[in-house]
Order: sequence, then structure tokens, then C-alpha cells
Amino acid sequence: MKLGITLVSHVPELVIGLDKLLAQVASDVSITSAGGSSSDEIGTSMDKILTAFSTNQAEEILAFYDLGSAKMNLEMATEMTNKKIHLYDVAFVEGAYTAASLIQAGVGLTEIEQQLAPLNIKN
Amino acid sequence: MTLTVNNLIIWMAKFADKIAVNKQFLSDLDTPIGDSDHGFNMDRGMQAVMAKLKTKPSSLPETFKVIAMTLISTVGGASGPLYGTAFLEMAKKSSTTTDLVDLLTAALNGIEKRGGAEPGDKTMVDVWQAVIPEIKAHTLTENKIASAVEATKDLVAKKGRASYLGERAKGHVDPGAQSSAYLFTALLETEGLL
Repeated sequence: MKLGITLVSHVPELVIGLDKLLAQVASDVSITSAGGSSSDEIGTSMDKILTAFSTNQAEEILAFYDLGSAKMNLEMATEMTNKKIHLYDVAFVEGAYTAASLIQAGVGLTEIEQQLAPLNIKN
Repeated sequence: MTLTVNNLIIWMAKFADKIAVNKQFLSDLDTPIGDSDHGFNMDRGMQAVMAKLKTKPSSLPETFKVIAMTLISTVGGASGPLYGTAFLEMAKKSSTTTDLVDLLTAALNGIEKRGGAEPGDKTMVDVWQAVIPEIKAHTLTENKIASAVEATKDLVAKKGRASYLGERAKGHVDPGAQSSAYLFTALLETEGLL
């Protein structure tokens, strides 16, 4: 698959659960995640996000996050990786689920973004 | 006196001390309108910074970079990327100038870009934008820093965890504004920097 997905949440279990949910509809999509701070407490970690980007099998990644500071760390990681990252301010579960099922179905980025647009709740 | 590796480290040590002494207070400020972790996150970050600075960096940009990268990787909350970006911008700027106003202005621009906050959004930006002109005019005092923090009290938060509370965030001081106040008070207390 050309497109991958990275999930970022403040709590490790949140991305583990969401990954499980997405895998059900997108078994061929590379999904990597970064949950919790560097010490696995509540928070996010730029280093974990960079690892999630580099271990993702895709070179172009759609990134989804839960709350504000996750976005800031995501943006910093985006500036530090060579991969092409698209960051969405959409509802976390619905957005990631939409993207995962569309990537699995072979839908292209333009059309995926059209589907994601109404799910934008963070701006 | 100009900014040097030595007095920057002294400034950071004073900042780290203030954070350590007030970590419970900062987290208490963060309890009604945030996630109760600001003081402890900042303390973990600044303790790590001071440990790193025991090996003295060779230049001013290098020192700012060590501070930035350490905060980014050790502070779990929003303050990690925000303070981290501030120091990273100062690292970049300090390769061409040691002027504090120029450095802090670059830092503020970075904070605003990273967090998307504007003055009046009840964030650390409110303190930074109030303090920088006072530094420029050589008129900064502890009272002015305190007033800038106090001014965040009656604002409705537009950014950060407090923004989910709407009107309920009124009446509480922003924790990031308070930790920024410690940074600037530490600067005031650093001999010969202002």
C-alpha cells in the first residue's frame, strides 16, 4: 500500500485499542502508533512519533491524534522526518477509521481527504 | 553584559529552582483547568536540562539546542513542544545575535506558530508578549511579570486543555503563564543580563 497511517494518543491503551479497531477493516494497511509519553505516562512523545513514522512501511503517512499537545509533537516530528506526512484535525476514531477503510479499498489521497473534511472538529 | 554560555546556564539553574520549588503550585493551577501535570512535567524537564548542562556546551547555539531537545524529549505535556520550540528558535537565532530581545522575539514567534495561540488566548503567549517590550525598554520588574500572569485570570481559554471548559476557565490563572513568569523572574535575577 502506498499510504500508511500513524496514530498518536496521550494514553498508550488508546492507540492500542484504535489500532485493533482499524486492523479489522484494513489488514493490509501499515498502521503504526505512538501512545503516551516517553515514560509511558499520560502525554505524547516526539521520539515515539518519529519511530512510528520510520517503522511505518509506507513513505506517505496520514496522521491522526487525540488532543492538542499530540498535534504539536506530531508537527515537530513531521519537520524532522523525510517521509511525507499529512496531519488531520479530524475526530480521532472516525477520521482514522475512514482513512484506514478507504486506503484498504485502494482509494487515493484526494478522495480520502474529501471524506475526511466533514470530520474536522479541531479547528 | 552579553548573554554567554555561562550566564545562560545560571539563568536556567534559577529557572529550574523556581520550577522545583513551585511544582506542586503549578500543578495545582493546572488542576481546575487542565490535566494537573504542568509543574511535575516542567520539573522533570528542567531537572533533565540541568543534568545535561553539567557537561558545558561549547557555544550559545549549542546550549540552547541542548535545552530545547531535552525539554522536547522529557516533558510529556504541551509544555514540552512549546518551551522546546522556544529554545530551538533561540538556538537558531543565537548563531547571529546575542541580543536577548531578538532571541526572545524569535522564541515567541515559534511558540505562537507551534501552538497557534494569539495574545488574549489565556496562554503563556500572554506573558511573553507583555514582557518582551519591557525588556527592550529596560523597565521589566517582578510586579510587571506578576500582572501579566494575573491578566490571564479573567480570560476564556482558546487553546490547550482549558479551552474545553469554555467560560468555566475564567477565574483561574493559566499555568503556562505562571511557569513563563518564573522563566522571566529567573532572567531578572541573573546578574547582568538585563
